[in-house]
Amino acid sequence: MSKLHVTTSVNGQPEEVLCEPHQSLLDVLRDELGLTGTKEGCSTGDCGACSVTLDGRLVCSCLVLAAEAEGKEVGTIEGVANPDGLHVLQQKFLEHAALQCGICTPGFIVAAKVLLERDPNPDETTIRYWLAGNLCRCTGYDKIIRAVQDAATELAHEA
Amino acid sequence: MIKVVFPDHLMPNTEGVRETEVDCDSYRSLVRELEKRWPGIEDVLAKTAVAINGQIYQDAWLETIEPSSEVFFMHRIEGG
Amino acid sequence: MAEAHDLKVIGTRPVRPDGVEKVTGRANFGADLYLPGMIHGKVLRSPYAHARIKSVDVSGALAMEGVLAAVSRSDFPEETDDLGQNVIARDKVLYHGHAVAAVAASTPLLAEQALDAIKVDYDVLEPVLSIDQAIADGATLVNEQMHTNGDASQPASNIAAITKFERGDAEKGFAEADVVVEGEFRVPMAHQGYIEPHACTATINEEGKITVWCSTQGHFDVRTQTAAILGTSISKIKVIASEIGGGFGGKLSVYLEPLAVKLSELSNRPVRMVMNREEVFRATGPTSATWCKAKVGAKKDGTITAATAWLSYEAGAFPGAPVGPGCMSVLAPYDLENFSIEGLDVLVNKPKVAAYRAPGAPQAMHAMECVIDDLARELGMDPIDLRLKNAADEGTQAPYGPKFPAIGLKACLEAAKAHPNYTAPVPEGCGRGVACGFWFNIGMQSSAEVLIREDGTVIINEGSPDIGGSRASMCLMAAETLGIPYDRINAHVADTESTGYCNMTGGSRTTFATGMAVVQACEDIIAQCKERAAMTWDIDADQVDWDDGQAVPKPGVNADVDPLSLADIAKTWGRTGGPILGRASVNAQGAGAGFSVNWTDLAVDRETGKVDVKAYTAIQDAGRAIHPAYVEGQMQGGAAQGLGWALNEEYIYDDNGVMENAGFLDYRVPVASDLPMIDTQIVEVPNPTHPYGVRGVGETPITAPLAATSNAVRDALGFRVSELPMSPPRLLEAIDSQEG
Ligand code: FES
Ligand code: FES
Repeated sequence: MSKLHVTTSVNGQPEEVLCEPHQSLLDVLRDELGLTGTKEGCSTGDCGACSVTLDGRLVCSCLVLAAEAEGKEVGTIEGVANPDGLHVLQQKFLEHAALQCGICTPGFIVAAKVLLERDPNPDETTIRYWLAGNLCRCTGYDKIIRAVQDAATELAHEA
Repeated sequence: MIKVVFPDHLMPNTEGVRETEVDCDSYRSLVRELEKRWPGIEDVLAKTAVAINGQIYQDAWLETIEPSSEVFFMHRIEGG
Repeated sequence: MAEAHDLKVIGTRPVRPDGVEKVTGRANFGADLYLPGMIHGKVLRSPYAHARIKSVDVSGALAMEGVLAAVSRSDFPEETDDLGQNVIARDKVLYHGHAVAAVAASTPLLAEQALDAIKVDYDVLEPVLSIDQAIADGATLVNEQMHTNGDASQPASNIAAITKFERGDAEKGFAEADVVVEGEFRVPMAHQGYIEPHACTATINEEGKITVWCSTQGHFDVRTQTAAILGTSISKIKVIASEIGGGFGGKLSVYLEPLAVKLSELSNRPVRMVMNREEVFRATGPTSATWCKAKVGAKKDGTITAATAWLSYEAGAFPGAPVGPGCMSVLAPYDLENFSIEGLDVLVNKPKVAAYRAPGAPQAMHAMECVIDDLARELGMDPIDLRLKNAADEGTQAPYGPKFPAIGLKACLEAAKAHPNYTAPVPEGCGRGVACGFWFNIGMQSSAEVLIREDGTVIINEGSPDIGGSRASMCLMAAETLGIPYDRINAHVADTESTGYCNMTGGSRTTFATGMAVVQACEDIIAQCKERAAMTWDIDADQVDWDDGQAVPKPGVNADVDPLSLADIAKTWGRTGGPILGRASVNAQGAGAGFSVNWTDLAVDRETGKVDVKAYTAIQDAGRAIHPAYVEGQMQGGAAQGLGWALNEEYIYDDNGVMENAGFLDYRVPVASDLPMIDTQIVEVPNPTHPYGVRGVGETPITAPLAATSNAVRDALGFRVSELPMSPPRLLEAIDSQEG
């Protein structure tokens, strides 16, 4: 099987990779590009640990073929913090102890960031439904929801 | 004299005795005395937890035992 | 022990030291390690739940290009224990998914394909798939060598062990009762459901020195287990614990590590093995399905006169269901004179069960707390009042023998009664259910080394993998003890060759036992600092105090000197004897039992059978909360797992013993939209054996939610559903049969 040549952009950096036709975006991010912040919990689209953005849209990278990233913008957890420091969501996850083991955290932060970009003032129910594709087995979600609410409030103040 | 109580699962090692009294002042002397009565029990007790006056020890080797204490052997607890 | 009002940093909520790594994706978990030349291992798993292996032939796989090694049972020592037989099947495969062989190849896909080229010849046997089947007369035997309680004078049996606890005379107690209630309950097999699948990488050098990186709750245990299964010495193995993406008891035993080491040895390459989610469900340890009967009798005033419990637990393919702790916890919240408890450890052709958060307690306590709830109903008493009337307290003889030292059950019950969520009326259309929770907690062995940098900042080295913020707790206890700011301290989970021996992170022991070692190691630092200060000042060490992070002369000592901070002492340590490091090791005893009270308000949709959890409150005695946010997190996480188990989670098997729902789509754990906020209240009845009063908090949280949820559904529906999970189809069926 010959490899595919994929030209894409990851966190604003142009990337070129050779990948197998069957390889998922998740595999390529982790194995070829060394971006292991995106996690694999199921590879069937059920846990959200692999959440990334593709042209700004939230996707499970385990369900996207790497070849589909051709010409697109990929955003991963590694691109969430900015040069002046942590993103507000990252800061709020820390302050609220919204992570225990932390394996789900990159996925939640990537997903929550997309939510706040679309809806800067979501209510609790909206947050819960938006994040329903991300599993966390440790926290019972309480502190995650509070961290997202608090981040929304802070972003609103900054704006 | 201290009161010593064995759980069900140890009674095959004590000829069916559930409760006994032993004159001793430390966990080590207790085990020595029990081993004298029921040879082989020391090895079994090494895998057993013990409560001395309510305080649970997975390993009580260094403990002293006050007179008129109560000693309960029990399953070792593990955990998740 | 320090009083709460004297504490400066304990009880605050700082950011955890490993936090930034974890919110930025930098932290390395089990599957995140890449080594040059690394290849990929995969496991061939049994397609049958029960079969004799006639032969295994891996030559076809080895002949494939890109396949660098293959192993089967013949590559491992024949003498092995249950764990070894679970890691690779010997004579028989004992459950669907049991490992039979493994290969390593240049890519994961190739390794997967090579599995098809392995030939295994099986003699298929009838599987034993439930307790009912296993204990029936003439049942097929999972293990022909198994005799109940090892009594070879009796015929072989699927019942590995029967445990009994008795006190007083239960029959007499029932005869004295005004009211007797009883029930029979089933709780399904459930999985810990950690989001990170098992993963490891192993490599071996020319001298036979093995290094294993893995996600585990106990890297020292990985070393012991791997050495035993490979028939090698622990001195040849170094284990480095990666960050761990959840464990809950499920990452205490090895599954992959011995296979990865063997494949590495044969291929002379680093080998990485990562399970997929399906393998995690089929072949790692879930917890026992149970069938329990409980009965209680009481006087009209609520005094319980007798209780009995019959608890049978599926062990999976090897003995060792957590039925012992089930028996010991089932009546732990109560002060009773007459009871009898019997527990059965039953073999079935399902995966070997592993610990799952308070192993054995949730199932047994579910049965008893449901019956206690029915008793309250019969007596017309408030369920908390009934429990308060019979609650165990300091001095109560626990059902498992000893007398309780100071415990917080009554404090939790009283806090519950006064809680606004309890005094508020049950919302229209909802039911409310209450239950008590309990776990023993353990101590065990831990070590800690405290290193001082030249600038007086502090590094803690310890051996407890951090699953939920334990590094933060260690730093808080060290900051409190040393009297220095939290942010000058970092904690590090060191590998098996860089810190003293340490038992696993489990049994709710880390903050208690490893914390105790850290506190003692800091005290060692303080003692040395006092000596260095005394040397500097030309006075005796016993004339020096340690006050607020500084050495000062004791009151009344005539020395006109400035206090010396850690940084001051570090600056001149070259002339007072060299660098300073502290150390301590403990075999911690007296972990202190943890009690809780939980309640929930929920509504049941009678059309769909769906349960809507409206509110959940958990109150728990933490002894003392070092970092309250992480204590609350344990309580909330345990409640969520318990709600999932009560309402949705279960292993569903077909008649051949094949799990039908081995994925997160069909094994449905709670998601954010399933749950409300989970309110918590921490009660603090300090544990006298810990320098700051800590009790374990990790496991108690899952012991009450099953029964609290069952009792709330009972309240909402007006009748009891005794089989979990109370999933929509099951509730609908129950509603239909009540109405029809
Ligand atoms: S790994 Fe992609 S959703 Fe679970
Ligand atoms: S923090 Fe462990 S899965 Fe979310």
